Amino acid sequence: MKFAIQVNEGPYQHQAADSAYQFTKAALEKGHEIFRVFFYHDGVNNATKLTTPPQDDRNIVNRWSELAEQHNLDMVVCVAAAQRRGIVDEGEAKRNGKDAENIAPGFRISGLGQLVEAGIQADRLVVFGD
Amino acid sequence: MSEEEMMDDEVVKKFMFVNRRAPYGSIYALESLEVVLIAAAFDQDVSLLFSDDGIYQLKKGQETAEVGMKNFSPTYRALEMYDVEKLYVSQTAMDERGISKDDLIVEVEVLNDEALADLMDDQDVIFSF
Repeated sequence: MKFAIQVNEGPYQHQAADSAYQFTKAALEKGHEIFRVFFYHDGVNNATKLTTPPQDDRNIVNRWSELAEQHNLDMVVCVAAAQRRGIVDEGEAKRNGKDAENIAPGFRISGLGQLVEAGIQADRLVVFGD
Repeated sequence: MSEEEMMDDEVVKKFMFVNRRAPYGSIYALESLEVVLIAAAFDQDVSLLFSDDGIYQLKKGQETAEVGMKNFSPTYRALEMYDVEKLYVSQTAMDERGISKDDLIVEVEVLNDEALADLMDDQDVIFSF
């Protein structure tokens, strides 16, 4: 089956960020296709490479980056939600006059059209959040 | 544009947006509206359902100056310009909060729980905010 995943909540704050990862990983291991993982609302905070969790805890951001590299996952961060919350790639930094970028490897910033397209293309859209 | 892309463009799915939260306590309502407008721009069959505290999003007379937030309720009235005309409201949510159709800024169809369940069953994609 072809899945699209939407992540609506931030890392460490909310179980949804973990559940989305576990679901995506399990689906890939079962041979399903993940059309795209889309990060929205506070979910965009899953994409900052500046997180430094305690060493004995899971690293939610790195975990996504590794999964993306292993499976060639398309992980998209909503640009409007990212701008509000300070998730920035090089292009966004330049466009908005910021002196830093913080997007983690494997993530890209794009528009909400990517979420709608994922809803159209996938057999199932699975939303993680309250 | 490739043939495959042209075929993709013709896909029309039923997209339902379930709005369950009050408008200003969190950002979900505002960011939901942003997805609704994009889905409409993609020419999908879009409908909105307001249930639980989500019906407060449609309440007349929203005054947000004191809380320092933007009053985005006029956007709901603009939805029909984007051909988003299917607005549903949960009867149960209205009854629980003492709200009637006259209290709302847009025309809606009020449905009981059973009708809402059937309507949701009929959708291809459900976004829940």
